[in-house]
Amino acid sequence: MNGVPAVRLAQVSRHFGAVKAVDAVSLDVADGEFFSMLGPSGSGKTTCLRLIAGFERPTTGQILLHGRDVSATPPYDRDVNTVFQDYALFPHMTVGENIAYGLMIRKVPKREREQRVGEMLTLVRLPDIEGRKPAQLSGGQRQRVALARALINRPSLLLLDEPLGALDLKLRQQMQVELKTIQKQVGITFIFVTHDQEEALTMSDRIAVFNLGRIEQVGTPADVYERPTTAFVAGFVGTSNMLAPSAARPIAGHDAPLSIRPEKIRIVDADAPIPPDCQGAVGVVRDVMYLGMYTRYLVTLDTDRTVDLAVVQQNLDTSSADVQRVKGQRVGLIWRRDDARILRTDLDRSGVP
Amino acid sequence: MRSDNQAPRAFGLSLAAFAVLVFLHFPIWLIALYAFTTEEASFTFPPPGLTLEWFGVLFQRSDFWNALGLSLVVALLSTAIAVILGTSTALAIYRSRFFGRDAIALMIILPIALPGIVTGIALRSALNLSGLNFSFWTIVIGHATFCVVTVYNNVVARLRRTNYSQIEASMDLGASITQTFRHVILPNIATALLAGAMLSFALSFDEVIVTTFTAGQQQTLPIWVYSQLQRPRDRPVTNVAALFVIATTFIPILLAYRFTRARTE
Amino acid sequence: MSAVGTLTPETARPSDGLLRRIGTAFYRRPVLALIALLLPTLLWIGVIYLGSLSALLVQSFFYLDGFSGRVIREFTLRTYGELLLQQNIDIFVRTIGMAAAVTFVSGLLAFPLAYYMARFASERMRALLYLGVMVPLWSSYLVRIYAWKLILAQEGIVVWLANLLGLQGALDWLLALPGIGGPSLSFSYIGVFVVFVYIWMPYMILPIHAALERVPRSVIEASADLGGRPGYTFRRVILPLAFPGVVAGSIFTFSLTLGDYIIPGVFGNSSYFIGQAVFVQQGTAGNIPLAAALTVVPVVVMGVYLLFARRLGAFDAI
Repeated sequence: MNGVPAVRLAQVSRHFGAVKAVDAVSLDVADGEFFSMLGPSGSGKTTCLRLIAGFERPTTGQILLHGRDVSATPPYDRDVNTVFQDYALFPHMTVGENIAYGLMIRKVPKREREQRVGEMLTLVRLPDIEGRKPAQLSGGQRQRVALARALINRPSLLLLDEPLGALDLKLRQQMQVELKTIQKQVGITFIFVTHDQEEALTMSDRIAVFNLGRIEQVGTPADVYERPTTAFVAGFVGTSNMLAPSAARPIAGHDAPLSIRPEKIRIVDADAPIPPDCQGAVGVVRDVMYLGMYTRYLVTLDTDRTVDLAVVQQNLDTSSADVQRVKGQRVGLIWRRDDARILRTDLDRSGVP
Repeated sequence: MRSDNQAPRAFGLSLAAFAVLVFLHFPIWLIALYAFTTEEASFTFPPPGLTLEWFGVLFQRSDFWNALGLSLVVALLSTAIAVILGTSTALAIYRSRFFGRDAIALMIILPIALPGIVTGIALRSALNLSGLNFSFWTIVIGHATFCVVTVYNNVVARLRRTNYSQIEASMDLGASITQTFRHVILPNIATALLAGAMLSFALSFDEVIVTTFTAGQQQTLPIWVYSQLQRPRDRPVTNVAALFVIATTFIPILLAYRFTRARTE
Repeated sequence: MSAVGTLTPETARPSDGLLRRIGTAFYRRPVLALIALLLPTLLWIGVIYLGSLSALLVQSFFYLDGFSGRVIREFTLRTYGELLLQQNIDIFVRTIGMAAAVTFVSGLLAFPLAYYMARFASERMRALLYLGVMVPLWSSYLVRIYAWKLILAQEGIVVWLANLLGLQGALDWLLALPGIGGPSLSFSYIGVFVVFVYIWMPYMILPIHAALERVPRSVIEASADLGGRPGYTFRRVILPLAFPGVVAGSIFTFSLTLGDYIIPGVFGNSSYFIGQAVFVQQGTAGNIPLAAALTVVPVVVMGVYLLFARRLGAFDAI
């Protein structure tokens, strides 16, 4: 994170009438980063992307690309290209014409155009379809053409608006790996919008989690998952046990809300001692769900019977019959003190989704 | 799910359907037949004999050719204006929401929604008040007014079916507004624009009521036909001219049909 | 891959031309762009056309001085008072009655064709039928009227056919009917009526067809599945769903009949329809105020009609 950031948003807002789609967002994206904007629909991530592309103009605030203020620059004068959610291929042009579009507009000589289209088709692993029309392609192929059409212009920044959303699971996972590989190959900054937390965790160098037009947390995938700072992030990225201050007090001895990931909790005997760097609680197993790779337990706490803690344990050497026997028993729960994350309350406007 | 008595019902229905279709078409066939009749003074059926003589007579009639020429020029010019007005309005309206948007759409439809005589007399009295002379141009003003809607309707329908992200993609890839219009918007709306233009042409070429009020001494083809309707002497010539007019109007209709079909299939 | 691997932002953009800069100026001011796009149409239709209509409306509040033959330009409702004269009331009743009859019969004739097109015809046949309706709709209005002059003439095909079938008696009886008869088919209200139906029917077929096309097959199958016999399904499911299309079509047939003066002029007798009355008042009579007031009548009738039509959902079917 040295030098001029590829993208800087400075207190950027975009209002549609009374709706604050993007609400005073500030953000730096470093050159060469694979950066994801993660959030539910309506959280402002796509509007943010469209602001960077130039399809929307900020109501207030500034957008800087490589230090240059582009807040009032139209999209065609920005060194940024976009892969659209619906690919937005031109139906009246062939694949080759689609990919060469940006070069044609820039009046790049035909020979160079053809050569670069060829390179691009190799890069996205789609040889021999140059002459086809978009309607003749599969979803996965269209996606690659859209990617090639954006990358051929060698932008300093590539924006991807949920590009994998329309693909089936297998293809999506394959494309995740490929996109990451291509990004490393071309060395261009990628900003990737998605509502799929797994996708964001797999691919990104850093993630910004959006909620209600604001960024709740920015960090590496491990940061965001292991050390969520708000209830929203804890709940949206993976699942988590959220303890209100009243429930947290007897366990942690303080009056702040807590988040504990279910897989960080171990089940022990009810009278087992709690190690010094750990916290613990005692409760009754209310429900047991056997899920093959792991088992999920719901434990009602002795200290607060309105609270069920979810606990996930890998099925290392248990079987379905064994785990069911725990139901109704009193057990002890322990977890490392570090894994009980104290949540900020100043940002908390919506709670858990 | 087909019940047993569906077959006879469908038979009765198809018989009725085709009877209606014949009702719609046989007058046009009759026009074709009468163009060849040897009868000069009346509409005798069946024709006493067949001849090609009247085609030659029509060919000599300069008033007919002048009227045809005027109608073609008026239709071309009105269509050109309608294309510009209709397309620009469609581009303005299809994606933006603003106050008065529905009022503008209604305003464009009004000239064909109101009876032709209302449009005609309104324009005539306004022209009288303004002191303008009735001329070729006043005909064009009237025609362009009611032609805008055909272009607008066709283009707006196509634009609504066109993916807007294509336009954003084009600008994203470096194309300016004018380049985007040329390379992306125009190819997308081209067939709809042509279909609208064809219908606009046909509408103008065939219009008689508004023209009656906005023309001075000029005779467009429909006005010529109308005057022939009231002049029984010239019947054989009118017969041939009628066939000629019908044949000419087929062309833009068939083209418009092709342009709209080509896209939906 | 070296060409792609190196990052070479092409910051120097060619063609920073005038058009591009104008485009950018408009891009930054979308309201200005909107105004620029709308201005020609607003001027043409908004000012010229709506202006003319308003001027016409204003003139309906003037009156023609019977002695001097000059239009007196002061506000009065006198001209509207003239509309209530028995001769004018007769004209309205005649015209509206004709429009209603034409609309009703057009609907009756159009429905089977539209229904057949939407439900029974194959894909290919449907395209052909569609064209079969479009061609008469768009081909020359006057020539089609002329064709009926040929058909209805005393020596024409209808009389010939009646003679062939020995039906002269029936034809004579029809023409002798008071009110609708006349010296021959081509000079009678029967003739006017037939030609009106012929000319406007395509406008009825298309919306009905569009409405029927939108009735989902599953709804019809559901009715059959629930025990509805075909006739019952037709009456209780198909007809109500297609009705907005019928109303939409009726807007055209009704409005077009209301304003037409050519067909009654060619086939009718000296009892005028509204359009003819307007034509005569503005022309030979030189009574523009009365002509203007007369045009207000079909406009108001259609306004009321459209209000009802909107309630019946016809606007979704156009």
